[in-house]
Amino acid sequence: MDLAAVLMLEVLNGIATLVLISVGLAIIFGMMRVINLAHGEFLMLGGYAAIVATNHGVNIWVAMLVMAPLVVGVIGVIAERLIIRVLYGRMIDTLLATWGLSLFFVGIVTTIFGNTVAGIGAPLGSVGVGRYNISVYRLVLVGLAAAILAVIFIVLRRTRLGLIARGTMENPNMAAALGVSPPRVYATTFGVGAALTGLAGGLLAPISGVLPTVGAAYVAKAFITVISGGTAILAGTAAASTLFGSVNQLLTYFTTPVIGEAGLLAAAILLLRVLPHGITGKLFRGSL
Amino acid sequence: MIGGRWSPGIVLTTVAMVGIALGVPQVVDQFGLLQLTVFAAMCILALSLGFVWGYGGILCFGQSAFFGLGGYTYAVTAINVGESTLATILAVVVPAVFAALLGYFMFYGRLSDVYLGVITLSVTLIFFNLMNSTAGDAYRVGKARLNGFNGMPSLPTLNVPGDPGRLLDPAETFYLVMAFLVIVYVGLHGLLASHFGRVVVAIRENETRCELLGYDVRLHKLLVFTIGGGIAGLAGCLFANWGAFVSPNVFSLTMTSQIIIWVIVGGLGTLLGPIIGCLIMQYLATTLGTQQLANTNLIFGIIFLAFVLLVPRGIVPSLRRLGARAVGPARVRDLA
Repeated sequence: MDLAAVLMLEVLNGIATLVLISVGLAIIFGMMRVINLAHGEFLMLGGYAAIVATNHGVNIWVAMLVMAPLVVGVIGVIAERLIIRVLYGRMIDTLLATWGLSLFFVGIVTTIFGNTVAGIGAPLGSVGVGRYNISVYRLVLVGLAAAILAVIFIVLRRTRLGLIARGTMENPNMAAALGVSPPRVYATTFGVGAALTGLAGGLLAPISGVLPTVGAAYVAKAFITVISGGTAILAGTAAASTLFGSVNQLLTYFTTPVIGEAGLLAAAILLLRVLPHGITGKLFRGSL
Repeated sequence: MIGGRWSPGIVLTTVAMVGIALGVPQVVDQFGLLQLTVFAAMCILALSLGFVWGYGGILCFGQSAFFGLGGYTYAVTAINVGESTLATILAVVVPAVFAALLGYFMFYGRLSDVYLGVITLSVTLIFFNLMNSTAGDAYRVGKARLNGFNGMPSLPTLNVPGDPGRLLDPAETFYLVMAFLVIVYVGLHGLLASHFGRVVVAIRENETRCELLGYDVRLHKLLVFTIGGGIAGLAGCLFANWGAFVSPNVFSLTMTSQIIIWVIVGGLGTLLGPIIGCLIMQYLATTLGTQQLANTNLIFGIIFLAFVLLVPRGIVPSLRRLGARAVGPARVRDLA
């Protein structure tokens, strides 16, 4: 019974992690159709921002929830202004340029912090479930992942800002004719996506630690999740995270972490063979 | 050279490569020769992506997966059999079969460019993680221990077929690698000049139109991908041979991005371009590797960005365009 509860929590955690690492990409790639291969490095930068801030005496929650998204959001806006903007509509070029950007970030962070793992202790301690100890922070993470999805949903569905963003992505010319400035909307949306990614990076830093090349571990998973999710970015990301998170964690529990990762990929390839347009290409159509 | 015509440029390049192959061992020392051998092996790898991406229009981020698979296949077979001929053949066949399998899911699922890139990238990363986790005695294939992140050292190197005691010396290995490079270069041009090659290029130009004309787009792409996988496997085999060593780093992101950079820098849609790009970047990486001033990733990232934003066509097509302007439009097609 205890074991079942712990396993259940492991699965929830796997799902929450996937939601966190993919949600920023769901905005940048899912909504804006910008292939951002530097996504993993955005997560890495968020992690470093949180760690550096904490080590300089900032409260860990402030560091994770405020500093990380702020820093990465600003970096995102700068990257959008300097590089992405030139390449809208040229998908392959964007992909290559952001790959270059990712190498650049890895290089510069290695130069500054060195090629070692940095980390901070997870706050909140742990509680006992029967014979097992589980970290409270991991529980909080599940709640935060759900909250982030809810906030994005409300912003996109219920606010004027969300309406403008969705409209501009749908038809930039029409939006411009109605008095919206598409370049500004693009920059803002990209910045928000980057900030969410930074937030995720900060939140994951106490759990997985950060090193300059950690992005590689995230970027493929994030893309797989968003692509498999399909057109409805939020429902899709949530559905794909649930599926892959469960597969990954259960396989990891019964075999090894590497088999878990391979299983995640195999599940994704099979899924895309059956549903080339992702989960929400067939199910939950018309949701957000 | 857009579709598949033989031009003076191809002949010239081939002659130059043969000349280098025969002349270089007479003038450079042992160290230089070893260096050039690995450059040539990498050129074969660059050609594989130059073919798959530049002509097949398939953006593959997983070329290093096939490269590494070739290296590991060679290592495992050579250790078990003790003779390199079968190992070399398998090092081409196994990655090609894997490419075919992966390609089947991707092309017959009709995934678009971008998804292809992401799937192939994740396959590479999975291989990297998988191989890194094979440390310990439990992970062995026959006599060969996989050794996880430490890699497999002191592999048996190439021998004269049928005579395991007679290993190739560095000069002979160089001849062999150059021979493979010339064969792959000429072979790919031959393939592109054939009916099959023309259809492949036509598919790159307009997939829907080819489909409506009755060509099986999925099958052609699958074949291109498989051939590319096999060539990358060959390069991996030669690379493993060169250092008598193979480690999970062959699957690393750095490796993958290097291959893409070679092709971008050299130029898409040519076969000479990837070779030139590979030589330039390899030279640069070797030089940068010996200094402490700046991180190699940092410099590569900047070069990558600069080329995508400023010279998107790459060196060879840009030079060709300049040359064409100088000699007049009638001679454009003769400049391979």
